[in-house]
Amino acid sequence: MSRIVTPPALGLVATREAEAEARAEAGRAALALREITVSYGESPAVFSVDATFPRDSLVAIVGPNGAGKSTLLKAALGIVPRLSGTVTVFGMPLERARDRIAYVPQRASVDWDFPTRVIDVVMMGLYRELGLLGLVRASHRERARACLARVGMADFAERQIGQLSGGQQQRVFLARALAQGADLYLLDEPFAGVDAATEKAIIDVLKELKAEARTVVCVHHDLATVTDYFDRVLLINTRKVAEGPVATTFTGANLQATYGGRLASAHIDQLKLAD
Amino acid sequence: MSTSLSVLADALLLQGGYNAALVAIGAALLGIAAGAGGTFLFLRKRALVSDAIAHATLPGVGLAFLAMVAFGLDGRSLIGLIAGSALSAAAGLFAVEWITRRTRLAEDTAIGAVLSVFFGFGIVLLTVIQTQSQGRQAGLEGFLLGSTAGMLFQDAVVIAVGGVLAIAALVALRRPMTMVAFDPGFAAATGVNTGRVDMAMMMLVLAVTVTGLKIVGLVLIVALLIIPAVAARLWSERTDRVILAAGAIGGVSGYLGAAISAAAPGLPTGPIIVLVSFALFLGSLLFAPQRGVLAAAIRHRSFQLRLHRRQGLLSLARSEPIFDPLTLRVLQREGLIRTDRVATEDGRAAAARALRDERRFEIAREIHRDDPFAHRYDGLTPIEDVMTPDEIAEIDRLVNRPLSVGAPA
Repeated sequence: MSRIVTPPALGLVATREAEAEARAEAGRAALALREITVSYGESPAVFSVDATFPRDSLVAIVGPNGAGKSTLLKAALGIVPRLSGTVTVFGMPLERARDRIAYVPQRASVDWDFPTRVIDVVMMGLYRELGLLGLVRASHRERARACLARVGMADFAERQIGQLSGGQQQRVFLARALAQGADLYLLDEPFAGVDAATEKAIIDVLKELKAEARTVVCVHHDLATVTDYFDRVLLINTRKVAEGPVATTFTGANLQATYGGRLASAHIDQLKLAD
Repeated sequence: MSTSLSVLADALLLQGGYNAALVAIGAALLGIAAGAGGTFLFLRKRALVSDAIAHATLPGVGLAFLAMVAFGLDGRSLIGLIAGSALSAAAGLFAVEWITRRTRLAEDTAIGAVLSVFFGFGIVLLTVIQTQSQGRQAGLEGFLLGSTAGMLFQDAVVIAVGGVLAIAALVALRRPMTMVAFDPGFAAATGVNTGRVDMAMMMLVLAVTVTGLKIVGLVLIVALLIIPAVAARLWSERTDRVILAAGAIGGVSGYLGAAISAAAPGLPTGPIIVLVSFALFLGSLLFAPQRGVLAAAIRHRSFQLRLHRRQGLLSLARSEPIFDPLTLRVLQREGLIRTDRVATEDGRAAAARALRDERRFEIAREIHRDDPFAHRYDGLTPIEDVMTPDEIAEIDRLVNRPLSVGAPA
């Protein structure tokens, strides 16, 4: 009688288990990106990035200029085409989870002379819910006003958007995202070029969102505030350098690896770092 | 002269016969669709593409005529000519998109190339048709500059129905088109297919163009798409109202243009419609409440008065003498100083407020040095109008000295 030979634990099996584990993790996460590559010519803006954004977290995406931070966000939302990769949102494919995502684009990406008022911009956050022909009811307007009040702009509802300062524009964009009533918020440089009061108003709202068990992901450029504002960080420079809790990931070594020579070590020394 | 006036009055009041009335109504509906649809094109900053679309209709008109004659049909059937022009306009639109996307040429270059090639080909076809002795081809030149002369009852019905369908499509698509025009990135993030919305907008413009060919003519239909939008933009800061105003301006232009041209059959319809809409634009430019020329002059004067008020109040607060007669007049008129130039109680309070806000604005200008908005922190607009309460609180925190409200410094 020949003994049944159990095949040795091949790499294949281990990979399958790892795959199952990765899939389970992606299902638990608010946002899971796998193998994301974005490229217009042959020099990719984002190359094969894996990243997991757990629920109830406040995450910064950090990296030098041109590192593909905004592009990664846009690829995650399907705004720019992906050459490869999958996006999983709360365990579902992106298209089935649109209702649970809110997006704040860069302020400079729109024409602020557009004929529209602050309240109308916030109402755009409700368009998906309203559909093509749904009537705007008083309750919708109240919700939009409440979102404006939350960012301290209640008195500006009727203003033309061209009359706003940069910080106020940013607040309006945040209010529009709040109106979407999402569970996952993706923000592109929300603190870029805003005044101190606006910066505080925005981070207060973002921390409230996290306290409400929502997930917030920000492309962030100010290394000095990463430790105070965020609990997780993703460091990228076209490729992923590191991701994890700020306490263990936001280290001098990782920053050096992300920025290379572009960040003077003297500057790193001034930062509040993890180690 | 008096007879032509009475003919015009008849046409305007829809008394010029059943056909003329229907043509005027059709032109009005078409004008509404063109004005409102053109607004989206204008807001999306793609107005010129419509010129390529319009000129690309001409080969379709010629080919459709030849095809219908070859099949023994009436070559002048408006439905057939519209179908042919729609096909060649779609080919022109596709060519513009393809050149812009697949080559290194910019959109304006693509528009110029497509416009001239299609138009040239169309003129060749029309000339060939005219030199053939078929006797029934008369009227195709009308597609260049528009004409209501000899229009059939069913032609007017086709135009009216086309206008109504385009208006219905505009109502249905207004939200995605507004969102894509303002912020395409955000629209895409909410699941809107921006490419498809842009394509729908272009198809709408194409539909309006081919429907309007007979009345307005392909050379000038771009004006009916753009002028109402530009005029309406002067009247409002709200997207929905700009669209409604553009529809109204386009509708009035179409109606008046068709009526005038019916009263004076020698005049081509398109140029008259364009001149009417231009007159409405000129009126808007002069008299629009916010962006008009007159309003700007009034605002300039009010700016000057606010400037003098601020200077005067700061002088009061600093106990400096005031010499400028306009400043004195402004302060006296508001009861802030007495005729002997001594500040009243109101004047002292206003002066103290002005001085306090001046310090706040100084800090605001410091904080916002790189923001182009900082020019609004000039002390001429009440601080509550330009800053949120928490921004003011933050600035007051930075005013290191305790505020001395009430007594001038």
